[in-house]
Amino acid sequence: MIEIKNVSKWFGDFQVLKDINETIEKGQTVVICGPSGSGKSTLLRCINGLEPYQEGEIIVDGESLSDPKTNLYKLRQKIGMVFQRFELYPHMTVLKNITLAPMKVLKKSKKEAEKKAMELLERVGIPDKANEYPANLSGGQQQRVAIARSLAMEPEYMLFDEPTSALDPEMINEVLEVMVDLAKEGMTMVVVTHEMGFAREVADEIIFMDEGRIVERGTGEEFFANPKSERTKLFLSQILV
Amino acid sequence: MFDAVIRNFGFLMGGFGVTLELTACALTGGILLGMIVGLGRISRSKWIYVPVTLYVNFIRNIPLILVIFWFYFVMPIIAGKPLNPFISAVISFIIFEATYFGEIFRAGYQSISVDLIHAAYSTGLTYSQTARYVLIPIAFRRMLPSLITQSIITFQDTSLAFVIGLEEFVRRASIVDNLEVRSIQLYGFVGIVFFIFCFIGSKISLHFEEKGRRAGVL
Repeated sequence: MIEIKNVSKWFGDFQVLKDINETIEKGQTVVICGPSGSGKSTLLRCINGLEPYQEGEIIVDGESLSDPKTNLYKLRQKIGMVFQRFELYPHMTVLKNITLAPMKVLKKSKKEAEKKAMELLERVGIPDKANEYPANLSGGQQQRVAIARSLAMEPEYMLFDEPTSALDPEMINEVLEVMVDLAKEGMTMVVVTHEMGFAREVADEIIFMDEGRIVERGTGEEFFANPKSERTKLFLSQILV
Repeated sequence: MFDAVIRNFGFLMGGFGVTLELTACALTGGILLGMIVGLGRISRSKWIYVPVTLYVNFIRNIPLILVIFWFYFVMPIIAGKPLNPFISAVISFIIFEATYFGEIFRAGYQSISVDLIHAAYSTGLTYSQTARYVLIPIAFRRMLPSLITQSIITFQDTSLAFVIGLEEFVRRASIVDNLEVRSIQLYGFVGIVFFIFCFIGSKISLHFEEKGRRAGVL
């Protein structure tokens, strides 16, 4: 379980997060949407300790991220993250990208790590690309490798930061399909995205953020059918054309 | 046609040995100091950033020959005794080349996106594992062509140590020339030797550049 309690964060004088409260239960998929600069990506980075926050508390499975005794490296092993621009290691083959952390962090043998990596590549549909370098893959393929790389650590949570917004339209679906499968298999996911079709299909909860605040939250259908705030209505009308 | 070169071959190549030694010392010191200068140039502390930036901008905007002269003439005043020209040259070159290597390292460090580091962290890698397996290999591949090019320039620059009387390759050629009066063949020979070394070096640099581009690392 991820508990976010009264979290506020500043970049210098600018407050990016304002008193955020949210609880994410095991097995849930939470979608965060909102205009750019609303603090969605920052919130996601706070959840696995990539960005510090100044007030409040984030607790993952009982461990507080702001507690100096918490081993962030250890905690991150169970929180996978997928980025907008894939962020694959360009100097390594697809297979090496996936096996690096299991071998160095979990101390798996090369054979064991590669076996797992091939299973994951099978699962995201590109086992034939194992020995290619990232530069030779399409954006959609790179993003699926990035998902496989995260899953190789067998995380309990997955964070997605606009995973399809850097993709050509015809590649968006191949990535979303992988994500839908994950959600349906019971992975706990926090997804920053504007893919409202995805949100409708799998989100247990949808959060709308604006100017660092959670403006509205609701379950899938309710969120789209009866948005309460004017800001949400305006945003939805712009995004659902 | 290379009679004067052949007669004085050992003496000339002894000078080339000094050139190689000077280059090796200048590169070792220049690259090591350059790594630190590069870090200083991306430091968030103004107490580090400002002095390092002043040093880099100052040295990069004056001719190398002046650095060599100043160091050679000023150091004895500070140290109270004349400096060995080889040591004086090595120190001048390190001070000078470190600013150029520093800028190469700065660009290399800055070429790595914050999110790539975050991606490595998010798989549970520690800071030192991330540096070892991700940051340094990528930065090094990106920097390698520029590092080789700057090393070639350093190699050529060492002939300027001539002005403080260091008996390197060019100086020895001029000593022989004073005795034999065969300027064209002697300086021609020096030019050919420099050309061969630098040409091979630039081909190696090009090779790594193309390799990096093919792999999509650059």
